Order: sequence, then structure tokens, then C-alpha cells
Amino acid sequence: MNQKLSLFTRGIIRENPVLRLLLGLCPTLAVTTEAKNGIAMGLATMAVLLCSNIVISLFKNVIPNKVRIPVFIVIIATFVTVVEMLMHAYFYSLYKVLGLFIPLIVVNCIILGRAEAFASKNSCVNSILDALGMGIGFTLALFILGSIREILGNGTMLGFALFGKSYVPFIIMILPPGAFFTLGFLLAGMNAFQKK
Amino acid sequence: MKELFFIFISAIIVNNFVLSRFLGICPFLGVSKKTDTALGMGAAVIFVMVFASLATHTLYTYVLAPFHVDYLRTIVFILVIASLVQIIETILKKTSPALYNALGIYLPLITTNCAILGIAILNIDLHYSLVKSLVFAFGSGLGFTLALLLMSGIRERLDLADVPPAFKGMPVALLTAGLLSVSFLGFSGLFASFIH
Repeated sequence: MNQKLSLFTRGIIRENPVLRLLLGLCPTLAVTTEAKNGIAMGLATMAVLLCSNIVISLFKNVIPNKVRIPVFIVIIATFVTVVEMLMHAYFYSLYKVLGLFIPLIVVNCIILGRAEAFASKNSCVNSILDALGMGIGFTLALFILGSIREILGNGTMLGFALFGKSYVPFIIMILPPGAFFTLGFLLAGMNAFQKK
Repeated sequence: MKELFFIFISAIIVNNFVLSRFLGICPFLGVSKKTDTALGMGAAVIFVMVFASLATHTLYTYVLAPFHVDYLRTIVFILVIASLVQIIETILKKTSPALYNALGIYLPLITTNCAILGIAILNIDLHYSLVKSLVFAFGSGLGFTLALLLMSGIRERLDLADVPPAFKGMPVALLTAGLLSVSFLGFSGLFASFIH
């Protein structure tokens, strides 16, 4: 039981895909102009990760070793297409904002990485726990980054104004450079914290 | 002709793939430690981008669109790109072992480089003709190489600099990328009236 719990919590903090393993940085930097977009991207990625991990762990004995990577990619691409169509139908405004980065979930290193390193070697239940942990870790990282950028760059949090009218937003934080700066300082902060 | 020129220049500097669109961040941070490898990686990406655009655009126009199966584009494109990279890898292994060794694990990773799938999808989303797609792909590849080259030059110097311990490695690389991105932001008004 304890082992199962640690499988789940591993992805959230100890092996956080973005903040520790530095995987999936493209969507992390691109969509985190607002906290809401970060959460949406995180959840979409988690859905794909969960489905692909389940399917791959179930079929791991049938997939020939030599062509496993192309097979994984096709499985992942299928679920990405499903998620893309669902978002197009039900969350059109988010679909518009995330745009190009929804089909690009296919090439998110986290998903292929978990398929190769975990789901292709472990049972279905363990793979689900792993996917949930990693997915939550990814969403959390995107939410933190999105919040920092939204608060500093726009003076709002999830759309609600935090400061009075006199607040002058720090515009560069919601422009592309802000993404690099925020993640850079966040990682440096974590390093400093860890050393103590 | 004029339009092609604007597409080309804006792909290199105004909408730089790495610094303003956030595509291809993994190789950008991973292979930018030395100038030689940065150039090799850049050349590989330009090559793959142009051929991938040619293949995916043709396939989309003559197969996917006429049969109304354009929702399959993510799956089809990623497979085309994966096989293309495999072919290039085989050719490179035979003809230039030195370059092949230098690029190491990053060549197979071009498959999951979001810049390649990104350009294939952007060509379709922006409704570019085949010629425009190729020009756009070449320009974007050059932009990617430019960003990689600048970054590697700075990082070679940074190795000798006295960086605070918490910022060593990735944080300082991200801050450098942020500063590069700020300087590229200066180009953003260049053809404002020509870009839709």
C-alpha cells in the first residue's frame, strides 16, 4: 500500500516532471500566460497521459519490442486527437487559446517518457497511479507558473483583480521573456531551498 | 514575392520559433552547450523541417483534405515525421559519422521535437500554399539555428563566469534565454502591418 502511495506522490513533488526533470518545457512556457490556461493544458495532458498509460500497460506483452516507439506514438496521437475534438466541441474558447499546443501534446516528452520508462514495464494499476501523479505534478507546475505570471503581468488571479486600480502591471511577465524569467527564478529558488 | 520575403524574415526574427513561439525548447536548452553541436543540430532541424513540410503539406492537400479525414492529421503527420527522421539518421550514419556521433541522442529526439510537428500544423492552420510553406519552414529552421547559435556562444562564456550556486546550470540558461527573448521582442513591430 505504501509503495502504491509513493508511486502516486512521486510525480507530484519528488520527480515533478517540469520542476525536477525539466520535461515538457514547450507547453509549460507557452501557455502559462494565465493560471486558467495552465490548468487547462495540465488537465488535457493528464487525460492523454492517463489513457495512453492504461492502453500501453495493458498491451505491453503484445507490442513487439522493435516497433514499440512508433506504436506508442500512434496510441498517444489517437488520444490527443480525441482530446482535441472534445475540446473543440465543449471548450471552444480554451481550444482557441491553447491552439497549436493541443496537437503538440503528442510530442510532449513526459507522455512518451512515461510510456517507455514506466507503462511498458509495469501493471495497469501502477501505471494509472503513475499517470495521475505525473499529471497532477505537471498541472501543479503549470498552475504555479501561470499564477506568478498572471499576478505580476496582469494584476489578476484566475481573472479576479487582486490589486487596486493604481497597480501598474509588469507587462513583460505575460510576454514570451516572462516565461523564461519566471521558470529560471523558480528553479533557482528551489535549488537554494534544497541546499539548506 | 514580397509576401514570401516577409514570411521568411518574420519566421527568422519576428516570430522566432524558440524565443517567441516556444517550439523546440528541449533541444534549445539541451544541445546549446557547444557551438559545433548547436550548428549540427540546427542544420539537422532545417533539413528535417523543409522535408517534413513538403511531405505533410502534399499529403494534406492531396489525401487528407479531399477525403475529409483532416482530423487524422496529428496521427499522420507524426508518423511521416518519425519515418523521415529515421531515413535522415540512416543517411547521416553512413555519410558523416562524426556529425552522427556529435548529435548523439538528439537526432532520434527530433521526432519529438515540437518544432517539426509545429511547423507541419502551422502550415495548415495558416493556409499557406506549398511554396509559402517551404519558405516558412526554411526561415523557421534558420531562426531556430540562430537562437541555438546565439545561446551556445553565450553559454560557452558562461561556463567561465562566476554564477551563484543556486543559479548554476538550468536557471541561468533560462534567464539567458529570457534576455535573448527580450532582445528579439524588439523586432516585433517590424512588419506589423503585413502579418495577419
